[in-house]
Amino acid sequence: MDNWMELTFPSLSVNEGFARAAAAAFASLLNPTIDELSDLRTAVSEAVTNAIIHAYGNDRSAMITLRCEAEDKRLKIVVKDTGCGIEDIELARRPFYTSKPELERSGMGFAVMEAFMDSVQIESAPGEGTAVTMEKEIGVARGD
Amino acid sequence: MEINASKRGPRLHVKLSGELDHHSAEQTRNMLDTLLKDITVRDLTLDLSGVTFMDSAGLGVILGRYRILSMRGGHLTVTGMSGAIDKIFRMSGVYAIVDRV
Repeated sequence: MDNWMELTFPSLSVNEGFARAAAAAFASLLNPTIDELSDLRTAVSEAVTNAIIHAYGNDRSAMITLRCEAEDKRLKIVVKDTGCGIEDIELARRPFYTSKPELERSGMGFAVMEAFMDSVQIESAPGEGTAVTMEKEIGVARGD
Repeated sequence: MEINASKRGPRLHVKLSGELDHHSAEQTRNMLDTLLKDITVRDLTLDLSGVTFMDSAGLGVILGRYRILSMRGGHLTVTGMSGAIDKIFRMSGVYAIVDRV
């Protein structure tokens, strides 16, 4: 691993913007294109929002960890919580599925992460928490 | 999120400026729904040229307003999308139900 950073912050919606800005600042060290930076900001926002809404519900004191790792031109981002976990990961990944329709969620969170990153891996245990690991090769669009 | 609205007959034009994520979604939804309480509004155009970031939470806000308008026989049009917002709209099939100019 060439470089890494890790941040832990409380489960507050105002930190969605902070998390994506922090991940973008780390990724900028790999000289990404504007589109790549935009893609990963969106993916990080989705993962952190899922942790706030689904993992922790209204528990604003719970903590979320954002870890970014860079190895050569490969960026790895892990968003981890210790919340309620996901009972059925395949169902959660399904486009337009949401466990909280009353919140007017689109159900597109994981679909957006999958469309905007090269790979998305979900590890979750009910009652223990969830870790979403996303990877993206940086500089591909420019032909690096 | 900043909202600038103007109405002409049954047409409401709303320009959104700022970041549309889960954090700002509720405020944005409430402001739009206050405007849509006017039942003479049939067509809503959302100008997104001032939206600097949007994720699937923003998609939820837009699809929710589409439902309100379609229930009263109206239409929703979006305009001014950045490349990133256009990408989310395309991948989620929003353009099948929402007009774009």
